[in-house]
Amino acid sequence: MTSARPSPAPSTPSPGAPPPLRARLAVTVGRSVATVSRALHLGSGSVIGGRAALVVDPRLLRDLTAGRDVVIVSATNGKTTTTRLIAAALAGDRPVVSNATGANMTAGIVAALGGAASDATAVLEVDERWVAGVLQATSAGTVVLLNLSRDQLDRTQEVRKLAEAWRTCLSATPPATVIANADDPLVVWAAQAAPSVIWVATGQDWRADAAGCPQCAGRISFTGAAWRCTDCDLARPEPSVSVEDAAIAIADDRVAIAMRLPGRVNIVNAAFALATATSLGVPTPIAVTGLESVEEVAGRYRVTSLAGRPVRLLLAKNPAGWHEAIELLADPPAPVVVAINARIADGHDPSWLWDVDFERLRSRFVVATGERRHDLAVRLRYADVEHATADTIDEALRVAMGRPEHTAGRPVDIAANYTAFQEYFERVGGSR
Amino acid sequence: MSSPRPTESTVRICSLYPDLLGTYGDGGNATVLAQRLRWRGIAVDLVSIDAGGSVPDSCDLYLVGGGEDGPQTRATEDLLASGALKRAADNGAVVFAVCAGMQILGERFPDMDGVDRTGLGLLDCVTVRVDRPRAVGELLTHDAVITSPDGDRRPLGTLTGFENHAGRTIPGASATTFGRVEIGEGNGDGSEGVINGSVVGTYLHGPALARNPALADELLRWIIGDAALTPIDDTDVGALRAERHAAARSHELAPRRSWRDRLRGS
Repeated sequence: MTSARPSPAPSTPSPGAPPPLRARLAVTVGRSVATVSRALHLGSGSVIGGRAALVVDPRLLRDLTAGRDVVIVSATNGKTTTTRLIAAALAGDRPVVSNATGANMTAGIVAALGGAASDATAVLEVDERWVAGVLQATSAGTVVLLNLSRDQLDRTQEVRKLAEAWRTCLSATPPATVIANADDPLVVWAAQAAPSVIWVATGQDWRADAAGCPQCAGRISFTGAAWRCTDCDLARPEPSVSVEDAAIAIADDRVAIAMRLPGRVNIVNAAFALATATSLGVPTPIAVTGLESVEEVAGRYRVTSLAGRPVRLLLAKNPAGWHEAIELLADPPAPVVVAINARIADGHDPSWLWDVDFERLRSRFVVATGERRHDLAVRLRYADVEHATADTIDEALRVAMGRPEHTAGRPVDIAANYTAFQEYFERVGGSR
Repeated sequence: MSSPRPTESTVRICSLYPDLLGTYGDGGNATVLAQRLRWRGIAVDLVSIDAGGSVPDSCDLYLVGGGEDGPQTRATEDLLASGALKRAADNGAVVFAVCAGMQILGERFPDMDGVDRTGLGLLDCVTVRVDRPRAVGELLTHDAVITSPDGDRRPLGTLTGFENHAGRTIPGASATTFGRVEIGEGNGDGSEGVINGSVVGTYLHGPALARNPALADELLRWIIGDAALTPIDDTDVGALRAERHAAARSHELAPRRSWRDRLRGS
């Protein structure tokens, strides 16, 4: 991380000024490395190119964001989609640069910024563990915080520690505006450290990670939409943005919206995006047009062809994500493919499968695939879900499409966790 | 140990404080036990008591999950104040605790500030902080044995699962363990698990019983007796166990990284 290195005193370039020579050289090196990486079919090359660029200029992130409007988006779930929606909401009003591929640590971010016009607003998806470093380097004016829940715990340890790191950096480098989830006690505790917060009522009902109060180790008590700690003053703040069926209530306005992305979860993501855009001065109709234009996000939701078969890829990588994803699946009894890996980026331990309410899949046949398909099969067995395992995605699709419940010609939904999703996404022509 | 009950009566299973101690799929243990009873035609009453709730002392089996430091301390204070779990265990109820749950059932354990806290004293063990990295990874104990409340030593085959803990636990003279760890850390002294009477603790975290149906059935046997333990189709779990044994023995902590993954550093 760049902030770990000693760096000279920050210069204060004028807005729109080109980055310093060293930064430009770093960008050129990074691009060359990325080109070589792509030529060797190693993927988009953005991460390795970004790393090379950071070797040339460790302060590159600071240099590339100096003088720009910067928006940071972080969360456990929904950060890639919301970053895409914010970029779309701003794009009708001003130039935008974004790390649209989901490469969300410093290397991926500098790679995305390297080619940007100097006056473009940077909309940056940031891994939840990297918020402090990126906020410090960019002095972002806007920080969007969606949710925090358990994910890859064998690697990141405790969600409360993530919330604490957010809280500390928001008070050390306070952004002008924080847009945050009023229904997630961990996010509220973190965001309250910022001077100005726009609270979004998300109606989030995943509460398994929020029972213990992050502020005092008391207990959070939920009553309808409200929540408060039984022992201290932490309580749900009054939201100024909320979500209805096909509309977003913001301040005193009710904005109708026809999203192409499926599900209530994406109207919630759109509410964060609309609040962000309007806080940056984008007229509401322009923002809404942008939000309504998005039909896929880095391969998610798109109907495509895999192994000659029509499929729709969905990403679900932890219990809170699955809680939403089951709603997005094709109606039962359509069979579905579920793919589970447990590589470094997924977390090595798929015990979280037991926190997912797979009992909700009882009315359909499930094909379990991915490297940890046997863990999933045992979970489905105990959930009384009819299932089979398949060694490869091709076989899984063949099994699913051979089921009598499958409607010929309809795409099969593949719900996959992170590295499984990336693998299939690459096969359908996407890149990392 | 209470005498085996007639199969027609309902088995009552209590999950303790899943809101505090349920970090990582711990609820799976209740699911596994309940299903293994239902599949055998035995009625189950699953009770779940959140923090602050009143703990019944009349259940047959209690489950205590793993959790983070703050909630672990809070759960201990509540359980000590209530006294219900101790009463139930003293009356022969089965208690199964994983990870942080095992630590709080011992004599003492360190809290988030490293201060020693008094545990429930249901297990003869103490948990200490050590100057070593967290134990994270596959945990394998081959030829595991459990001492039943009657004093029988019952073979469990291989115990397999995942561990993730900072503290290490020292079993006392009156406790037994599952045996010697083959892969992973377990208690930290080469042994794994702590057993006193009908109270059983393990460093296999989360849904430990999902991968270990022999252990699940042994706990149930203490409640429903041998005759009720009719066979169950464990084909899926057999495939999982075989795959995990092989992975643990090939020291898979970083599973299948291709040369592409390495170059990407992902």
